[in-house]
Amino acid sequence: MIRPKDMTKKERRQIPRQLMTERHPKQRNKYFDEVTLGYSLKEAQLEAARCIQCKDPQCIVGCPVSIDIPGFLEMIIDHKLEDAIGKVWESTALPAVCGRVCPQEIQCEAVCVVGKKAGREPVGIGNLEMFIADWARSNGVKNKVEIAPKTGRKVAVVGSGPAGVTVAGDLAIKGHDVTVFEAFHKAGGVLLYGIPEFRLSKDIVDYEIEGLRELGVKIECNSVIGRTYDIDELLDEYGYDAVFIGVGAGLPNFLNIPGEDLTGVFSANEYLTRANLMKAFDFPHYDTPIIPGKKVAILGAGNVAMDAARTALRLGAKSVKIIYRRSREEMPSRHIEIHHAEEEGVEFELLTSPLEFIGSSEGRLAGISCERMELGEPDEGGRRRPVPIKDSQFFIDCDLAIIAIGTKANPLLTNVTEGLELNEWGNIKADPKTGKTTKDRVWAGGDITLGQATVILAMGMGRDAANSIDEYLKSLGKKGKNEKN
Amino acid sequence: MGTFKNHDTIILNEIEAPQIAKKALPGQFVILKANEMGERIPLTMADVDKKKGTITIIYMIVGKSTRLFSTLEVGEGFQDVVGPLGSPTHIEKRGTIVCVGGGTGTAVLHPITRGNFEAGNNVITILGARSRDYLILEEKMAAVSHEMKICTDDGSKGIHGFVTDALKEILDTQKVDEVIAIGPVPMMKFVSKLTKEYGVPTQVSLNPIMIDGTGMCGGCRVTIGGKTKFACVDGPEFDGHQVDYDNLINRLTAYRHEEERSEECMFEDENI
Repeated sequence: MIRPKDMTKKERRQIPRQLMTERHPKQRNKYFDEVTLGYSLKEAQLEAARCIQCKDPQCIVGCPVSIDIPGFLEMIIDHKLEDAIGKVWESTALPAVCGRVCPQEIQCEAVCVVGKKAGREPVGIGNLEMFIADWARSNGVKNKVEIAPKTGRKVAVVGSGPAGVTVAGDLAIKGHDVTVFEAFHKAGGVLLYGIPEFRLSKDIVDYEIEGLRELGVKIECNSVIGRTYDIDELLDEYGYDAVFIGVGAGLPNFLNIPGEDLTGVFSANEYLTRANLMKAFDFPHYDTPIIPGKKVAILGAGNVAMDAARTALRLGAKSVKIIYRRSREEMPSRHIEIHHAEEEGVEFELLTSPLEFIGSSEGRLAGISCERMELGEPDEGGRRRPVPIKDSQFFIDCDLAIIAIGTKANPLLTNVTEGLELNEWGNIKADPKTGKTTKDRVWAGGDITLGQATVILAMGMGRDAANSIDEYLKSLGKKGKNEKN
Repeated sequence: MGTFKNHDTIILNEIEAPQIAKKALPGQFVILKANEMGERIPLTMADVDKKKGTITIIYMIVGKSTRLFSTLEVGEGFQDVVGPLGSPTHIEKRGTIVCVGGGTGTAVLHPITRGNFEAGNNVITILGARSRDYLILEEKMAAVSHEMKICTDDGSKGIHGFVTDALKEILDTQKVDEVIAIGPVPMMKFVSKLTKEYGVPTQVSLNPIMIDGTGMCGGCRVTIGGKTKFACVDGPEFDGHQVDYDNLINRLTAYRHEEERSEECMFEDENI
């Protein structure tokens, strides 16, 4: 076979998109191992060779952190893997995470010219990012980025999710003294408590966090900012020159329908945190229990709903139903997640809305009273509004229900911090270009400013905020001797 | 960390946690995790020593996690301690306040009683327990109370009867401005039922199952006056007359079977 690097342009164009090997759905839905097995080197090189190295690469524009995609793809073809990962690291500290959980289909891959032609699919950029990051990890290749001389300036980063981790990494590289404060007992934020093992192995998150420590970032777990420390205390007493807030949108929405307090009704946050962070799937080896539902209903149809549904299957559920009031077209989840869930046996009760949770005589969930919906006129967002069908009530039998209809800003920190302006939903107001808030020396980014968004958007905002913080710290000049530490 | 055992099943730990001690106020709680495999357990602080930088928790061994906590020796530590969490008790001069403590709830009640005593209130304390062996902090509570009554279910000390009996007698004979009740859920339920009849405002402190303690999981939701509240951020203290106690009891027993299994496994491991 000709090597991809020796192929002509025409030959390259004929390579079909390389599918990533996945575990069989009927086996993988019983355990938590990662679903995708990644590309072999040969597959990666073939896939990378599908890139036509166009003059005006829109993929870079489509990427929230502007990775030089054609650049690293060409290096994979040339088998310069160390250079390739180095190229990726120039733009993101979390390639193994991004390769797995970024919605490439609406970002880099959506604008790839290869996919513009009828019947052709875009280059598998996400798969290739995952390949190169996994290659680096399994070969012990470290990010050899040069760290600037120490500036003596201290930065506090609140939250160790995607936004916080990006800010911390970027500022550490620029020579600042960075401490990350995390409320949980382990760093990683939503990557750790929210996204399940089978979609993103926790070893990967630990590895990326370890990489941060190697850059000199200090991580202080069990620190709830707003309780254990206050922002003003960090700035004025502990001598931090700047604070970045990336605490996420942690407060789960509930349906506010009767019976929601029954035993067996969970927020997705609680269910996933028990399963992921607390490792309840390994109970009683781990001490945290989880209710192992036999018949499970998931309310909502986003990525988190799919995660909860697939987790329930792995914890032994006989049936898992996604209950969603609109139709399949409007489901907010990534298509790949819906596809994976369906393959594994998750069922869909579409155009269905819950009315009430019904309890057994012992106060445990016994089922959900629902009604059928039909799509009416479009709402402000352009999506057709679901309207109840008269006399269509029916009962869904279930012993576990997981509510996955989104989260909102957690007021814990913002309630006790003076000078921080919020929008009407309680999100922190921040300059969209710099992340600067209305409070002196304080920046913010990620879901606490955006509402609910994605890992990569949070990272993009983190990058912008890091640049702005760095500029500010530089403007302060060298740390004076009479300044407090 | 210091430990002393008042009774075989009631344990006190004094934990070095300077930053938590610095910020802690009466009524707030911490979440503790013994080791890597451990559960996150919320416990309201019984005492804080800002100078020494320590916090004190007192608890009864009721399951695997508390049993695990109780095995820690002086000098050993919890893997994780986070806090102070929850909203602090609102303390001000109101007049006559009756503080009702049941079992280890007395530990939580102590800093609140002291706060009310120091705020210049006339403090009457009622302590209840199964028997004299389960009474804790008698002297400490007496030191911050103008009057104190003790009730035991078996009559082994003080009044032979429930705290509600002693409370009724007080409510019948004098004006009470507020009642603070902290103890087992049924005790708080019956105290609130009684004080409602007398129209006396009542505060209770709830301890539902929770994970993060910051409002993220919603596992600790309680029904207060028909509305859902999160005990971790809106509480742990609530208007006793508004709490749906039956719902709380129900949610507290959600993992009954799993808890039993967890403890059985612990003993099996020890026997190997």
